[in-house]
Amino acid sequence: MALLELDNVKTQFFTSAGVVKAVDGVSYSVEEGETVAVVGESGSGKSVTAMTIMRLIPWPPGKIVDGKIIFNGQNLLELSEEEIREVRGRDIGMIFQEPMTSLNPVLTIGMQLTETMIAHMGISEEEAMGRAEKLLGKVGISEPKRRLAQYPHHLSGGMRQRVMIAMALACDPKLIIADEPTTALDVTIQAQILELMKNLTRELGVAMIVITHNLGVVARYADRVNVMYAGKIIETGTAKDIYHNPKHPYTLALLKSVPRMDKTRAEKLDPVDGQPPDLTLLDDGCSFRPRCRCATERCAKSFPPLEKIGDQHYSACFEMDKLKKEVAEVVG
Amino acid sequence: MNEVLATQKKVGTSGSSAGFDEVLVDVRGLKMYFPITEGIMIPKIVAQVKAVDGLDFKIFKGETLGLVGESGCGKTTTGRCILQLEKPTAGEIVYDGTDIMKCNREQLIEMRKRIQVIFQDPYSSLNPRMKVGEIIAEPMHVHKIIENEADRQARVKELLNVCGLATAFADRYPHEMSGGQRQRVGIARALAMNPEFIICDEAVSALDVSIQAQVINLLEDLRDEFNLTYLFISHDLSVVRHLCHRVAVMYLGHMVELADCDELFDNPLHPYTQALLNAVPIPDPEIEKARAHQVIKGEIPSPINPPPGCVFHPRCEIMVDGCKAKAPAFREVKPGHFVACTEV
Repeated sequence: MALLELDNVKTQFFTSAGVVKAVDGVSYSVEEGETVAVVGESGSGKSVTAMTIMRLIPWPPGKIVDGKIIFNGQNLLELSEEEIREVRGRDIGMIFQEPMTSLNPVLTIGMQLTETMIAHMGISEEEAMGRAEKLLGKVGISEPKRRLAQYPHHLSGGMRQRVMIAMALACDPKLIIADEPTTALDVTIQAQILELMKNLTRELGVAMIVITHNLGVVARYADRVNVMYAGKIIETGTAKDIYHNPKHPYTLALLKSVPRMDKTRAEKLDPVDGQPPDLTLLDDGCSFRPRCRCATERCAKSFPPLEKIGDQHYSACFEMDKLKKEVAEVVG
Repeated sequence: MNEVLATQKKVGTSGSSAGFDEVLVDVRGLKMYFPITEGIMIPKIVAQVKAVDGLDFKIFKGETLGLVGESGCGKTTTGRCILQLEKPTAGEIVYDGTDIMKCNREQLIEMRKRIQVIFQDPYSSLNPRMKVGEIIAEPMHVHKIIENEADRQARVKELLNVCGLATAFADRYPHEMSGGQRQRVGIARALAMNPEFIICDEAVSALDVSIQAQVINLLEDLRDEFNLTYLFISHDLSVVRHLCHRVAVMYLGHMVELADCDELFDNPLHPYTQALLNAVPIPDPEIEKARAHQVIKGEIPSPINPPPGCVFHPRCEIMVDGCKAKAPAFREVKPGHFVACTEV
């Protein structure tokens, strides 16, 4: 059985402008020890999905309106507030994008690291401090003992992100959700952090959900990839499926929009026109339809279901056969 | 004038790229130190942040020069010095034969019509209380180039069209627009003066990939249509490879490498450039699997107290003893390929 299974999860925000269907029927699973990426642009619902798993959607205006999230055999959506607090931080660790704002500026690194351990593992402060020191060493921070007494502003962005990783790992979680873990960092620091996360998850056998908009990070990292657009997963598959045999026009458009650093420039980029849709104004049809070059009348009538193409490869497009020629050009 | 011609000729022989040989901007020995002071009544300078520490480079007419590096390497400060938004500590910035740093106020105003800037953040670089039409018309108003209101409105509409926005946007406020649309407004404002040189400071960094690609294409179209020269400041190496003719790499206030775009990416010589290129993930899982992920050690040192000698030596794999003592010269190792390293 999968470690985490999302089944038709829907999260909506009830705003004065209308109901925002931020997550609109998302289903995916994460196996033990596996790294799954969720990619998409701003507003595609990838972060809200992560917050939904952690039950961190603020009401008002947000609400998880439907679906099941089975983690370790229990439905997280049915847990009481106290029970979900036990899961957060202990079984599921979280790494946020902003290492500057996600640490408390008035608490020492040591206090922040030990807080979860003392709360969840029932160990003494001294024991927790000892563990924290080891964790800091593990995430590659020099002089861990001295760092425990320091405050976040003493550390650089890359170091803070290392502290965040140490916090996420503190209680030996089974799953880590990393929301844009390296977006705010410089490339060389990003590479350091990615290597660190890859090695640690392998070594400790932790599963991970990486949420990112960076297709390069996904390629380096992920076993499987979910592509999101306007609150729905529109294509899912192994990294190889997604990059070498994209079956959704949006996935293909994303790949065509990224300039390549490893190749001489051949021609101009060929991005999709227009912008992502307003999530309060979605109709029954395919949400990518207004920007899609393959769209037909059928696409306006209903949202295409995820259709099986390969072993783990699914795409939600009626017209995917039209892509063959273009895919050959891009990937070829 | 003769002197200018002479410089052009000299540079021409030392290998400019892709047929660009007329120098537009010539930066010589540029230094920008920011003082750190202590004391309120009688401030005393206790240290200096050496943001830019001795840059020499040229930008040719019609080319796009990429300026890359990580946070704090001085790339933005370099752009701001050229715009005279900072008063450089030392050096010369010769723009089309005139030293900008010696210009008086009137001359500088004239100069600024020719040099424009596009900023990174489309949210904070537009005044939220002004309509888009007013934002784009403001430079024309300030520089008094189109005095007639009707003509100015016509020009605004033309600029909106050029940047791929509907003319109806002129009556909207920035908050009614998406990030990509706002960035187009920023570009339209920069074009309002018919400039010849635009400094793009992380102009596409804040945008989503599909929108980023649209704006990259727009910048490219405008470059061809209006014969623009860009200084393209960015930390995104993929975008730089796509858009630039030549690329300069900065580290801790110094330029470490400068070469034609393909040469720099295919044959990087400086260990920092190599590490930087190695760190960028490529959107192809097969290629990623095959790559050796050699990660550069440590972090960027403080520009207040940069390492002596070569500023990169504490993180360098091929460092020798000499690197600690003496800063390497920025030398031309191949026609048009400059590198500041003694070991290559």
